Amino acid sequence: MEIAVCVKRVPMVGGRIVLTADGQDVDTRMSGFTVSPHEECAVEEAVRIVEARGGSVTVLTLGPAAAADQLRDMLALGATRAVLLETDGREWGPIATAEAIVAALRGSTATGDRAVSAAGGPGAGDSAAVPGLAPGDPAATFPAPLPYDLLLFGNEAADTGDYQVPVRVAHALGLPCVTGIKHLEVADSRARARREYRGTEEIFDIPLPAVISVKEGINLPRYPSLPGRLRAKRAAIDRHEPAWHADGLRKERLRVPAGESKRAEILGTGPEAVPALVALLDELGVLS
Amino acid sequence: MTGPATVLCVVEQADDGGIADVSLRALTFARHLAASLASPDPAASPASPSVAQPGQAVAGGAGGVAAVVFGDAAAAVPALSEYGVADAYAVELGGYAPQAWARALAGLAAELPAAAVVAAGTDHGSEVMAHLGAMTGLPMAANCVSAARGAGGELQIVRQRWAGSLLEDAVLEGSPALVTVAADAVAAAAAGEPAATAVHAYQPALEAADLRVRATESAERSAGVSLATARVVVGGGRGVGGPEGFGVLEDLAGLLGGVVGVSRVVTSEGWRPHRQQVGQTGTRISPELYLACGISGAIQHMAGCLSSKHIVAVNTDPEAPIVSHADYAVIGDLNQVLPALIAAIRARRGAVDDAVDDAVQKPG
Repeated sequence: MEIAVCVKRVPMVGGRIVLTADGQDVDTRMSGFTVSPHEECAVEEAVRIVEARGGSVTVLTLGPAAAADQLRDMLALGATRAVLLETDGREWGPIATAEAIVAALRGSTATGDRAVSAAGGPGAGDSAAVPGLAPGDPAATFPAPLPYDLLLFGNEAADTGDYQVPVRVAHALGLPCVTGIKHLEVADSRARARREYRGTEEIFDIPLPAVISVKEGINLPRYPSLPGRLRAKRAAIDRHEPAWHADGLRKERLRVPAGESKRAEILGTGPEAVPALVALLDELGVLS
Repeated sequence: MTGPATVLCVVEQADDGGIADVSLRALTFARHLAASLASPDPAASPASPSVAQPGQAVAGGAGGVAAVVFGDAAAAVPALSEYGVADAYAVELGGYAPQAWARALAGLAAELPAAAVVAAGTDHGSEVMAHLGAMTGLPMAANCVSAARGAGGELQIVRQRWAGSLLEDAVLEGSPALVTVAADAVAAAAAGEPAATAVHAYQPALEAADLRVRATESAERSAGVSLATARVVVGGGRGVGGPEGFGVLEDLAGLLGGVVGVSRVVTSEGWRPHRQQVGQTGTRISPELYLACGISGAIQHMAGCLSSKHIVAVNTDPEAPIVSHADYAVIGDLNQVLPALIAAIRARRGAVDDAVDDAVQKPG
């Protein structure tokens, strides 16, 4: 089974979010980066499927050159190969992101790459260029066969939380799509995906190939093995440079919600605080 | 049919057929948006002014919210009326089928026409709106806390990032504007005047692929007190120390009629199952009391518990971020504080029980 998993590099923000002076981005000078949590689980799920059934896992990300670190982390988890859609660090909206992913999944270059090719940059010499795909355009079901049986995503990125890239990719490729999945069984040509919604379990039986987005909790990702990390360090990463374009949602600025910071009233230290704590719980009406 | 500034709002039904609380909030959001779009003086709208961009104006007009109900709309009519919805469209597609639902919205939005389509930012709402965005090629703004016409006629939105730990001010282009509403964006509020709600059956023109994905529901319902709706949650984080340390939290939760919730590190370490996780990638809670023990208060966790009425932290570190989010804090080791707390509650209950026993044994 050939599986592609799309992941996103996001800051590790810890206890609070600090913004850059212009309010356009999260200040990441003091933070590390990680793969968005749902997506790490998507990679783990793909690796487990391939371990059980054979095949390969391609992990793909759109991000700056440094996002190669996150691709290597996923190779260390067991992914077979990695593709970096390299950006200049600008934020990409969900429509442009989905278009770049679709072009890459088809194993060809996006329209933007041709500009790069003309300039002699990466992507030069790629011959199988596919016309740009308008999202939602029925004609987007281009006849080129998709070299994957399953496309896995996280349900939403931890940072931008747009909740739509997997669905837009599915439409552009004419594939069925389910999101927010917490349990997945894959057979040769079908998948059974489950999730809970408002106390009821929903079950989706869908044909493959398909797009499935998962949530954390579908599995517990493994720690990378030492051989896995060594292999990841040496692995080649396939690079493309898709061209950025504006989405229809124009960010003006980011801000931290007001009223976030307050100071707790200290009830006391250690077990001596228990009488005050009991009095508080009584006042809140939770002791009756 | 209503005027050109109609805001189409997807309504999810509760088990009894009435409208789910998230959708009452979405209807309230949609009503505010419709009023803003119809406002003759956009500068009076609450959105911050912005430079006009040609060709990005949102359609104006009479205003009003039309509802879409997937299923039997009759039971939803009383609440729709209370929320000022004059027209409701009932779409019967035999259960949840996200792409088919989106096709119905696309058809309705074109026929009305709608200036905006709004849904609660639930798993269903987000998924259906993403399909609508994909099939129309329009942008979609997820988890908005406000949307209103700006000074130049553009649609100014404020949306959540990082599950609400960060806000984004943005301009949403495209018509209809596609928006999902953040869970805690607005309080549900009925309209000033109820409407006489007319229900229209709507039959969407489906494409063959639209019904490839549809849900079957398992008959099983989750048993026990749910984390999402518990009145008391006793939270445990890294400070619990390991999987064997949760007994004391379970005991305390039992005494308080609540449940145990945990931070992400606890589920990542495999100490507790993921279904107990409170946070951005777990469950969002809104209890009367959240007692957070040995939890540092990373934003990933706080995104799941900030709707708690009262937060009490038990933590060894007075500088931990949780202390600046909590209402009260006990500085100390949970492994000392919680056993003492449990003993004190039991002693107090014992004393009350003894008093009751005494009263029973000594009638009149």
